[in-house]
Amino acid sequence: MIRVMLPQHLRTLARVGAEVQLEVQGAVTQRSVLDALEARYPALQGTIRDHGTLKRRPFLRFFACEEDLSHEPPDAPLPGAVASGAEPYLIIGAIAGG
Amino acid sequence: MSSVRVLVGTRKGAFILTSDAGRERWDVSGPHFAGWEIYHMKGSPVDPDRLYASQSSGWFGQQIQRSSDGGKTWEQMDNKFLYEGVPGTHQWYDGTPHPWEFKRVWHVEPSLTDPDTVYAGVEDAAIFRTTDGGKSWQELAGLRGHGTGSQWTPGAGGMGLHTILLDPVQKGRIYVAISAAGAFRSDDAGATWKPINQGLRSEYIPDPTAEVGHCVHRITFHPSRPGTLFMQKHWDVMRSDNAGDLWHEVSGNLPTDFGFVIDVHAHEPETIYVVPIKSDSEHFPIDGKLRVYRSRTGGNEWQELSKGLPEKDCYVNVLRDAMAIDTLDSCGVYFGTTGGQVYVSADSGDTWKAIVRDLPAVVSVEVQTLP
Repeated sequence: MIRVMLPQHLRTLARVGAEVQLEVQGAVTQRSVLDALEARYPALQGTIRDHGTLKRRPFLRFFACEEDLSHEPPDAPLPGAVASGAEPYLIIGAIAGG
Repeated sequence: MSSVRVLVGTRKGAFILTSDAGRERWDVSGPHFAGWEIYHMKGSPVDPDRLYASQSSGWFGQQIQRSSDGGKTWEQMDNKFLYEGVPGTHQWYDGTPHPWEFKRVWHVEPSLTDPDTVYAGVEDAAIFRTTDGGKSWQELAGLRGHGTGSQWTPGAGGMGLHTILLDPVQKGRIYVAISAAGAFRSDDAGATWKPINQGLRSEYIPDPTAEVGHCVHRITFHPSRPGTLFMQKHWDVMRSDNAGDLWHEVSGNLPTDFGFVIDVHAHEPETIYVVPIKSDSEHFPIDGKLRVYRSRTGGNEWQELSKGLPEKDCYVNVLRDAMAIDTLDSCGVYFGTTGGQVYVSADSGDTWKAIVRDLPAVVSVEVQTLP
């Protein structure tokens, strides 16, 4: 079970709490986690990744295990602690603006 | 008894203000979509409880919300606004080519006849349409593709398509306006388009009378005379009596002809309203006095309206989508400010009062007159 932490506005859109838990088939990567997240919560499509390119939106960052994974390749394996559910995968709104 | 419902989009959420026809006592609901920018909300003319809202965020992108009960509850609709084909480039602020990138929906315009058909004006400038109530959106690509798109440039606030006027008389005629490309008209329901900027003069572009490149802030018409258009341009208040084919200036005795909003009285097609703003460098009223100006002659001769408006120390702006007109017998005029005030005049502009004073910065104001 993969744990994903969402920022407040995405919790509101998806009508969930701060953390959601997802089943991910196959390799646990940023792409597979985000694919599973958007499949489970279609309201989040386009809010984390652009619709056409599936690129991370510029003001969002991805953290896990005290590391910034925002610029890692989307198909690179996530840390084992995320894959095991010991640590969450965090989607963070960059601290910018008011 | 008739009532009015004012739909207010702000930088931090949506608010709905309601009153009976007296327009003295108001109920305020909101914020809806708290923390999100609400660029625009508008109701269907044929089903007033069907509302559409553009909700956006620099972090999380675009959402379209729809209500079927006058704004009590909302439903998240499709948010895919994908340009047709290869988007190509427009000009950046410095004149270099820049790829077309969808950023947000500035304006939603429900059809005059079908509550499920809505037009959306977006940044970077394009027009989209849904015919299934917002479940899917398709670009009317003939606008971007008609030939001048590569010459369009953004205004200071971005390259937004901010005005969509659906002609209630000539079926299939649509007007749009883009900052800073100009005004455009389609006579075939959005399939093909042409620029309608002849007569405009803009000193901030290399050729002041170019076919495109004019920073049109707003255009409007009276529904009974949709071939007569009024325009608030970056500078200059303009008028056309032939559906935009030729414009002439009607700034007349205005203290400044810079501004953003322009609107027409509900029952007097030659009575128009603007809010003069000092300049493009100083986006606030002259001398700290907030004023509406009214012309009862379709332009040129303007009367200052000040009763009930701030007399000093007022340095707000009134953005391009932030004025609206109701259709009650005693015509109501509304506008919102970047200081969070929404003002109403229930007597065609003679006197004003604030409905609310402390909302987030107001981006848009629409009003529905309900039976």
